[in-house]
Amino acid sequence: MLKYILQRLLQGLLVMAALYTIVFFLVGWMPGDPFSSNEKNISPEVRENMKKAWGLDKPLWQQYLIYPKNLITEGSLGVSTEKNRPVWDIILQSFPASLILGVSALFIAVGIGVPIGILSATKKNTAIDYGGMAIAMIGICIPSFIIGPVLQLTLAAKIPALKIAGWGHPLDIILPSITLGLGTAAYLARLTRGSMLEILNQDYIRTAKAKGLKTFSVVIKHALRGGLLPSVAFIGPAFAALISGSFIVETIFQVPGMGQHFVNAAIKRDPFVLRGVVLFYGLLIVFMNLAADLIAAALNPRIRLEKT
Amino acid sequence: MRFVPALILTITALFLVSCSQDSPVSRATKQKVLLMGNTAEPRGLDPHIVSGVLENNIIRGLFEGLVTEHPSKDGIALPGVAESWGPTDPKNPIEWIFNLRKEAKWSDGVPLTADDFLFSFKRILTPELGSEYSFMLYYIIGAEDFHKGKTKDFSTVKVSAPDSHTLKVNLRSPIPFLPEITKHYTWFPVPKHIIEKHGKPEDRFNPWTKPQNIQSNGAFTLKSWKLNDHIEIQRNPLYWDTKNVALNGIRFLPISNSFTEDRMFYNEQLHITYTIAPDLIEYSRKNFKDMTRNEFYFGTYFIRCNVKKGPLQDVRIREALSITINQQDIIDFVTMGNQSPAAGIVPPFAGYNSPGNIKFDPERAKKLLGDAGYSEGNGFPKIKFLTTDRESSKRLAEALQAMWKKYLGIEISIQQMEWTSYLNTMMSKDYDLAAGGWIGDYMDPLTFLDMWIKDGGNNRTNWSNERFEELLGEAEKTAGQKERYEILGRAEKLFLDERPILPIYWYTRNYLIHNHVKGWDPLILDNHPYKFLDLVAD
Repeated sequence: MLKYILQRLLQGLLVMAALYTIVFFLVGWMPGDPFSSNEKNISPEVRENMKKAWGLDKPLWQQYLIYPKNLITEGSLGVSTEKNRPVWDIILQSFPASLILGVSALFIAVGIGVPIGILSATKKNTAIDYGGMAIAMIGICIPSFIIGPVLQLTLAAKIPALKIAGWGHPLDIILPSITLGLGTAAYLARLTRGSMLEILNQDYIRTAKAKGLKTFSVVIKHALRGGLLPSVAFIGPAFAALISGSFIVETIFQVPGMGQHFVNAAIKRDPFVLRGVVLFYGLLIVFMNLAADLIAAALNPRIRLEKT
Repeated sequence: MRFVPALILTITALFLVSCSQDSPVSRATKQKVLLMGNTAEPRGLDPHIVSGVLENNIIRGLFEGLVTEHPSKDGIALPGVAESWGPTDPKNPIEWIFNLRKEAKWSDGVPLTADDFLFSFKRILTPELGSEYSFMLYYIIGAEDFHKGKTKDFSTVKVSAPDSHTLKVNLRSPIPFLPEITKHYTWFPVPKHIIEKHGKPEDRFNPWTKPQNIQSNGAFTLKSWKLNDHIEIQRNPLYWDTKNVALNGIRFLPISNSFTEDRMFYNEQLHITYTIAPDLIEYSRKNFKDMTRNEFYFGTYFIRCNVKKGPLQDVRIREALSITINQQDIIDFVTMGNQSPAAGIVPPFAGYNSPGNIKFDPERAKKLLGDAGYSEGNGFPKIKFLTTDRESSKRLAEALQAMWKKYLGIEISIQQMEWTSYLNTMMSKDYDLAAGGWIGDYMDPLTFLDMWIKDGGNNRTNWSNERFEELLGEAEKTAGQKERYEILGRAEKLFLDERPILPIYWYTRNYLIHNHVKGWDPLILDNHPYKFLDLVAD
């Protein structure tokens, strides 16, 4: 077990190194530089001084080596060229909001998606099944930039306790997390239904039924364990995506999360923030994938960690 | 499974508690805290580093310059840190004396002296700091040379402090409107003792503006700053005029989505919005009539022509393109913000009227195009129109495309680019036509004219004209305002005759303001002095 985890972490390190290389050169080769994203022109002297201040005057290959060196020796991800503050500061200030939002969205996704999936599978080809899958299809198809404003106009505008946008009160979490979680819920519903159908046709389920067990306990005690496996594998990376923020949901609901930094840093050519948030996201994915695999192994005795 | 009922119970309780409360606006009005939409997270709060409007909105609350804005009249200077001021020789306003008030203090109680101003001027002009806006101080003798690194000796910059409460400024030419320029935050004092305590003055990363470090001299001080969430400023009890400040604080919200911002206003979450989404202007006028404002703003929207490329080298073609733009139609159907058709580049304001006379005239345009050898648009090469990737930019570009096709029979292709690429393409002059705009920094025609000098950083059209620059030089030497405006008017006329840009409209600002806000009158530069505002529930 420990050996397996260590092995996976080592792989993760390789993934991060590859990710860093790709992101570094993609950012480095983007047209324009961080100091040319302002309407007002700056003089060549000022531009040179700014480049020097951020170490962007050095050749790209030197910058490529300096960045990981600073990360290891000083723990520094650099300073944002746009906001003039350390990238760590930006991540630490924005990640908590994204984490809270992501966890609530995941609760909503699992709480809605999995039951619909199970229900659809057990009532296969009935009105309940078609209804559930129709809802799931709609959930996948409608983008969050439609769901968000619709919730604002229908719920927030009518219920005084809900605000249109803002972050600070516990109730402020409700609408953005529904918006963010609905797509994942829909996907989970379809995934759960598919795998549950497969499991429900297996011999051991027939045996359980033949023994006279009630459908409810057959589904919950016997089928669910295997039926949830694909969903668990999906939830790992999906969770990483949910907690690293969403540009759209954050701007619609004015959530001070991390998602907007991905987009704004790219527009403003802020190399340090862009690298910082991408690497942070990469790290989350690596860990969530590992966690998903460990949970899958716990659920399914047929998976032997050592052999994978 | 006891978790789920507990969660439901908590949420219900929160709902009930929240429902019985007032709206955020009513609560804030009672507390006298203004809730203001401010479009985005500021790049910082250091007046020597930032360059945008949204940073200006916050910095004006924290810091105060030599003079301040009048709450309802443009171009009037009220006392700020300076009690009195004036040129030593009113006929030739080349040397100015500012008498600083003795009771002026920083928010930590340290006296504010002329030394702070000298320190500030030196800091913003230090090349290593890399300030983008230091050209605002180039009016001072020696400032440009010092900033461009031609000398390291700050004594060559002619500002001095004869005593700790007197500031003397020597200008390289007479400038009767110097107080107007000092309203800009580049002229504000910054706290020497705080900046030096936290690092080198010329270090861009000096953390002196962090909430736990910053001290300011304005009507407000920084209370809290949460990234992408809010910045709140609170009353400064040590401000010299604090007894006349009605507000207890201002909360700036970085709401980048204008639909969200407007909906927040409709639902009583904001006192003032930064803007109104064009699609919601009609709705706002209908449903929030007395709270929807549309005011003249000191800016011009225009199209740059690359005058050294293709058919646009011919002034007749530039004029033909210009007068086939139906400005009123663009305002009515595309921007929908009640802007004014732009007859010239300088928006009209007290004392100055643009000599421009650009009007929609397709007949004359056809003739001009024919004279240039492209009768009915025959043989006219396909040119590119560069614009940004915003939906509104696309709509405007398509309207222009249709107008030029209809009236001149010429084809243009629209090239949309994301912001930084758009700017870079324009700066490298790799375009035919490019959309653009300019907001005036201070109340003088010069802020719209001096950018068009040869190789000026914001010119970007390849256009230059010796006579134009002679006229600007002549204006610089003229002290009387009327004569100056007359000379600048001639310069603008010459510029427009050559038409390196095609003016479209003069800006207006559309925004929503709650009727609890008192003392907010239209100002052309939109720099409302917060010290005169009040919040009163009806």
